[in-house]
Amino acid sequence: MKDDSRKTTLDPSTRSIIDKIVQENNLNKGAGITILQQVQASLGYVSPPMIRRISKLTGITASALYSIATFYAQFRLEPIGKHLVQVCHGTACHLAGAEKITETITMETGAAEGHTSPDGKFTVEKVACLGCCSLGPVMTINETTHIRLTPEAARKLAKSKKKGCKCEKSSHADQQPGVTPDE
Amino acid sequence: MSEKKYAAKITVGMASCGIAAGAREVFNTLKAAVKELPLALDFSGCMGMCYNEPLMEMTMSDGSRYLYCQVTPDKAKEIVNKYMESGKPVSEWLAYAEDRDTADKSFLVQQQRILLKNCGIINPESLQSYLAVDGYAAIKKALRMHPEQVIREIIDSGLRGRGGGGFPTGTKWALARKTLSQDKYLICNADEGDPGAFMDRSVLESNPHALLEGMLIGGYAIGAQQGYVYIRAEYPLAIKRLSLAIAQAREEGYLGRNILGHGFDFDINIREGAGAFVCGEETALIMSIEGKRGMPRIRPPYPAESGLWGEATSINNVETLANVPWIMLNGVASFNQYGTEKSKGTKVFALAGNIARGGLIEVPMGMTINQIVFDIGGGLASGKALKAVQTGGPSGGCIPAKLADTPIDYESLKKIGAIMGSGGLLIMDDTTCMVDVAKFFLNFTQEESCGKCTFCRVGTRRMLEILERITQGEGKEGDLELLEELGQSIIAGSLCGLGQSAPNPVLTTIKYFREEYEAHIYHKLCPAKKCKALIRMEVVEERCKGCGRCSKECPTDAISGEKKQPFTIEQEKCIRCGLCVSACKSNAILIYPGARGEEYNG
Repeated sequence: MKDDSRKTTLDPSTRSIIDKIVQENNLNKGAGITILQQVQASLGYVSPPMIRRISKLTGITASALYSIATFYAQFRLEPIGKHLVQVCHGTACHLAGAEKITETITMETGAAEGHTSPDGKFTVEKVACLGCCSLGPVMTINETTHIRLTPEAARKLAKSKKKGCKCEKSSHADQQPGVTPDE
Repeated sequence: MSEKKYAAKITVGMASCGIAAGAREVFNTLKAAVKELPLALDFSGCMGMCYNEPLMEMTMSDGSRYLYCQVTPDKAKEIVNKYMESGKPVSEWLAYAEDRDTADKSFLVQQQRILLKNCGIINPESLQSYLAVDGYAAIKKALRMHPEQVIREIIDSGLRGRGGGGFPTGTKWALARKTLSQDKYLICNADEGDPGAFMDRSVLESNPHALLEGMLIGGYAIGAQQGYVYIRAEYPLAIKRLSLAIAQAREEGYLGRNILGHGFDFDINIREGAGAFVCGEETALIMSIEGKRGMPRIRPPYPAESGLWGEATSINNVETLANVPWIMLNGVASFNQYGTEKSKGTKVFALAGNIARGGLIEVPMGMTINQIVFDIGGGLASGKALKAVQTGGPSGGCIPAKLADTPIDYESLKKIGAIMGSGGLLIMDDTTCMVDVAKFFLNFTQEESCGKCTFCRVGTRRMLEILERITQGEGKEGDLELLEELGQSIIAGSLCGLGQSAPNPVLTTIKYFREEYEAHIYHKLCPAKKCKALIRMEVVEERCKGCGRCSKECPTDAISGEKKQPFTIEQEKCIRCGLCVSACKSNAILIYPGARGEEYNG
């Protein structure tokens, strides 16, 4: 099959990551979504060659995996930029001006909404609700949450990420959320 | 831990809302500050007062509590230092103290906390902390009872599904118990996809063991051996704390085989959602756990008869299940003393939008919207008049201020076209455009429709197109009637709750705010000055100081002028993004509801 040649696009480390994830989950019934989630968490996205590899190992057809990957909003079929910006567009944030925040961010980074900027630095996404409704408008950059944003503040954040300057280290909760204070 | 004697204990609220507001820095500062002092330091989950975060509480040796708000690392140090000097709690920045009158006291004293009782009190990452507040005592009690008796208790308590449907929980369990099935499952729906609702996140982050205990009791009652928590991937901290709680519970024998020596086997696994709102619907959720696209199917058979892998399954919401341990421990009568005749107990609401005190509140069912907004929520943040309250997220309706005396319970809300939903309450003032709000929700449901039913898939898209036209200034006569007709057809022709409720925000806004639609359609005006295609921005010459901030912010170079002279906006270039308005410090840019600068006198 012509397709075989494209299998080689998976480098050995990617392949071993996928193999390990499949091995750990394959015994669970209906693990397709979980496997795709873990692959995306490790590799940033799920590409067609990755899906083919998962399909080969699990026996779930590639079309079934695609049907999952295209149905659920979480999955990305393309790589993301260095900084993932998620602007909350829940109702409270919408009322508080989320639209302006997204506009500012897309203008500042050059990434169209839902896409990655040409320089590969930013991916900007709208998300349904981050659950910080009393503190809107809210956005996360690489899982660090920024609250009560104004367009100016959002622009400043994007600028600091662009430059990679020191001020980004002083923003709130620089570590991943979900880490106990001791860590 | 050594038995050190502490003069006081400090707790920092560290749910994801608190962390986003800066609680981690406060905690880390305190950690260094109390090292050599006789002060204990711990963290808890969400204290509910989100508008005042970060929050820190000091509990004195006599049990009296002092809650400090909007704490910064510097304030935290000062509170500690002053306390160490004087031996008395500091009175600055106090949000609440039993013995004092504080501005925020009325936010707390009017609540009735059952579900949130221990949220913001206990350490959510410590099993010991949960055990110290009678944790897992309810399952011990339940295991000494016959499962039928447990179900009877829940039926008698009047507990109804807090996810929004309001189906009696005990009845649901009885149905699942009755079904003959090889295996049985209990699923907790923690998919909280409603934008504007965050009570499930808060419970998961603040008191995860209460959910596990509720699931254990439910599992025992229906005869299940396996439980699943289907949880949103957008809630990483909730997932982390729940996973930790499951591991701790397994370790201590509250989960697994032969639980507490009663011969009951039950284990719980987590399944992360992948971002599909429709998976809040129970049959779609089941499909998703089975690893497929989350598409609802025709009911009956209901999951209680044929659910996960075709076996009997009960699906309950986080809040519903987390109420169960309290009911088992405190008894039916103490639970149903709260609430109305048909809606028993309390309900947690997420207060957000234009409200002075946004956060999580728990009140007896039957409290009116006005009481919640003004007595507890402190009125509107903008100080303006209340225009509407949106309940139940995209499935709910917009309640106008004139109906805000409506008591909040399942039946009363239904009567006025709204629903309880999961309990999000969005407060709006007159800067909110109701057509825009309706469009916002419809855009959401249209995107989230799984596409199985034609009415839902195509109908919501047609409705959205009409709404877009109206907000673009291209509305025409007959649009409202068409929206109403389409809405009714979608409700009648859809399989699941998503489609059946998708038109609600549109239908209720047309019903209660028809004149606002008409202003858009017939006069090409947006009274709330929100719809970009209709409005106009202009510089008021007398107010403009000529600082040039606006022109710097303008993305399309539509604003120009000389320094210290009034600037002007070139209307052809202006995209009405409003960045100039927020940039202007002298309030010199006015927004008009119509493109020719008309006033609105509707």
